[in-house]
Amino acid sequence: MPVSYFLVLSAFLFSVGVYGVLARRNAVLVLLSIELMLNAVNINLVAFSAAMGEAGVPGQVFALFIIAVAAAEVGVGLAVVILIYRNMRTVDVGEMSLMKW
Amino acid sequence: MHELLLAAEEAHHVAKDGFLTNYMWLVPLLPALAFVVILFFGKRLPDKGHSVGIAAVGIGFVLSIISFIELAAGNAAVEKSWTWFQFGNGFKLEFGMNYDFLAGIMFVVVTAISLMVHIYSTSYMHDDRRYTWFYAALSLFTASMLFLVIANNLMQMMVGWEGVGVCSYFLIGHFWEETENSSAAIKAFITTRIGDVGFLFGIFVLFVAAGTFNIGELNHLAEVGEIGGTILTVGALLLFMGAVGKSAQFPLHVWLPDAMAGPTPVSALIHAATMVVAGIYLVGRMFPLFEHAGAALDVVAIIAAITMLIAALLALVQDDIKKVLAYSTISQLGYMMAALGVGAYTAAIFHLFTHAMFKALLFLGAGSVIHGVHSNNMSDMGGLRKYMPHTFRTFLIGSLALAGIFPFAGFFSKDEIIGGALRAANDATQISAWIVFISAMLVAFLTALYMTRAMVKTFYGDYRGHGTPHESDGAMVTPLWILAIASVTVGFLGLPVIGPFADWIHAPGEEHHGFSTGYNIILPAISVGLAGVAIWLGIQLFHKQRWKVDILSSPFAWAYRFVENKYYLDDLYLNGVVHPTQYPLAAAAYWSNMHILDGIVNGTATLTVGGSKLVYDKIDQGLIDGAVNGSAGLTGLTGGILKYIQSGNVQRYAAVLFGAVALFVAVFALAG
Repeated sequence: MPVSYFLVLSAFLFSVGVYGVLARRNAVLVLLSIELMLNAVNINLVAFSAAMGEAGVPGQVFALFIIAVAAAEVGVGLAVVILIYRNMRTVDVGEMSLMKW
Repeated sequence: MHELLLAAEEAHHVAKDGFLTNYMWLVPLLPALAFVVILFFGKRLPDKGHSVGIAAVGIGFVLSIISFIELAAGNAAVEKSWTWFQFGNGFKLEFGMNYDFLAGIMFVVVTAISLMVHIYSTSYMHDDRRYTWFYAALSLFTASMLFLVIANNLMQMMVGWEGVGVCSYFLIGHFWEETENSSAAIKAFITTRIGDVGFLFGIFVLFVAAGTFNIGELNHLAEVGEIGGTILTVGALLLFMGAVGKSAQFPLHVWLPDAMAGPTPVSALIHAATMVVAGIYLVGRMFPLFEHAGAALDVVAIIAAITMLIAALLALVQDDIKKVLAYSTISQLGYMMAALGVGAYTAAIFHLFTHAMFKALLFLGAGSVIHGVHSNNMSDMGGLRKYMPHTFRTFLIGSLALAGIFPFAGFFSKDEIIGGALRAANDATQISAWIVFISAMLVAFLTALYMTRAMVKTFYGDYRGHGTPHESDGAMVTPLWILAIASVTVGFLGLPVIGPFADWIHAPGEEHHGFSTGYNIILPAISVGLAGVAIWLGIQLFHKQRWKVDILSSPFAWAYRFVENKYYLDDLYLNGVVHPTQYPLAAAAYWSNMHILDGIVNGTATLTVGGSKLVYDKIDQGLIDGAVNGSAGLTGLTGGILKYIQSGNVQRYAAVLFGAVALFVAVFALAG
């Protein structure tokens, strides 16, 4: 299969993620959308890695790194969301605009 | 000069290099490292740092012995150097090493005495507040001294020279809580510094004359006559001035008795065995240059003869046991210097070697006595023979060695000097050699007399002090015995005709200029006889108190007072040099301060105030404040408008971010 198929899929997934980050009000869904973007990147990396054969092995290693970092990131992110919920009784990102003039 | 060096190098390669001799520059590094370690970590170590110093010096001692044996086994002396820095083409400063027999014997002496003193001090300094610092300074001193010895050029030697000077200053003033001690430290430092100025200028003069600092080259150039005449004589005399300061020769000897304010182990190490012989070492190192420097050696001989006589007389009237030994040291240093002055090179270095052993022994013994009695004064001692048997026996050995009684070490070296003086007087009919010969004979007599007096007053008769004296512990007695054994045995290295010392150490360029030929039994017999008479006389005078005369009411009272007041030299320096300099100088400085400097300062101040006012009114208030206030207002205005961008809404920020990225991607994609 040509690489472009994977790239199209990845671009589509990334756009969905961007849309989610920008448009969803629920902080948990925003975090989920970020995961979508990260996985879109992973698809890119793995696709190129497969296409390049032996020379592409680092791409897979990077994908693994991203998965690990994403897990850590989502852990921290959810903890932040929980703390915000305890303080503000809401998870609406539109309401969380305290850091302004 | 280059061919010269090549020739010298070829000569070096005839004999093979030793295993250790090449690396002897590492030995000064050991105590230097120990200094750093003790200084920074000493207080946290369980033993407060002394074992570091002992280990460094101990290893240094073993290495010195081994490499000396290598030299004695026929390995070549090593000289090499590295460029330190260079200005243009003419002026080049090097640091290097020069390890030959002379340096080797100094290494053995310095590390051996230093090791003994390190061990001894663990007990002697045990309750000291600055115990760790004391060991740090001892290590630094040892490192500086070895650095001085191994130097192959005068500049490097100067560095070590000043290093030992500053360590001596630290250690004399170790008990600085009492003003007396810190004054003694300052006096020692300044007096030796007067000599050091001469040393430094001597280096400059020789550099101007020869264009090199290298000791070997300087000696060689003097020998072949490349440098000579007045400039060489002046250079040599200036170098000798440094030696006069450091080795406490007349008239700069006044600092050494006061230096006894330091802890006794320090007196043993620095002010008897090692640092004060640096001057002897310097003249010994530059001996070929001195030989060709006109009347320089005659000056050396006469100064040394004066020194040995006046110091021996002074030792006779001291009550402080350390001062007796201090004047004795000055007198013996005069002996060594006089030997160099009459050309008895080997005898001088041999006496340096043996004297280090027995004088360190005597000082450490005196320290042991002081430790037991808690007083420096012999009038508080007496009868200690019964209380301190080990100290008594070792001190007796040291005294006999100093008095030059057969078969102790001092006998051999002293008689070589007297013999050398007589030979020079006969051969060259130098007046200075006759002076040296006669004063050496007198001093042999006086030495035995004052040591008998010290022995009698300290160890015989009845105890006159307070409390019960006690023998010192093992850490102090062991070094005493080791040094006592050395004081008995090292003399045999220089046994006439067959002793190996003359093979090791002889003046550069001369073969066996030492004990090997023409040995005469009569001279030693006379000098030992003189010493014997002196001892008998001393016992009669000071022990049995026979012919007790009240010298103060005798016709010789003036002579006694003259000696007791140290020939009024201290007063002369104080009233003749220090005060005339100090007071008019201080008055002049005060006047110039009040009138000239204050005028300048006040004028400047008025001018500054006027100028400042102008600047404040026009520039500061008008221009700068306007600019500052204006820019602040502008910033506030723009901030008021731009603040609405900062909405606090994360998604809006993210939208800007993504939009910007998309924009950049589009731009780069279109731009290709």
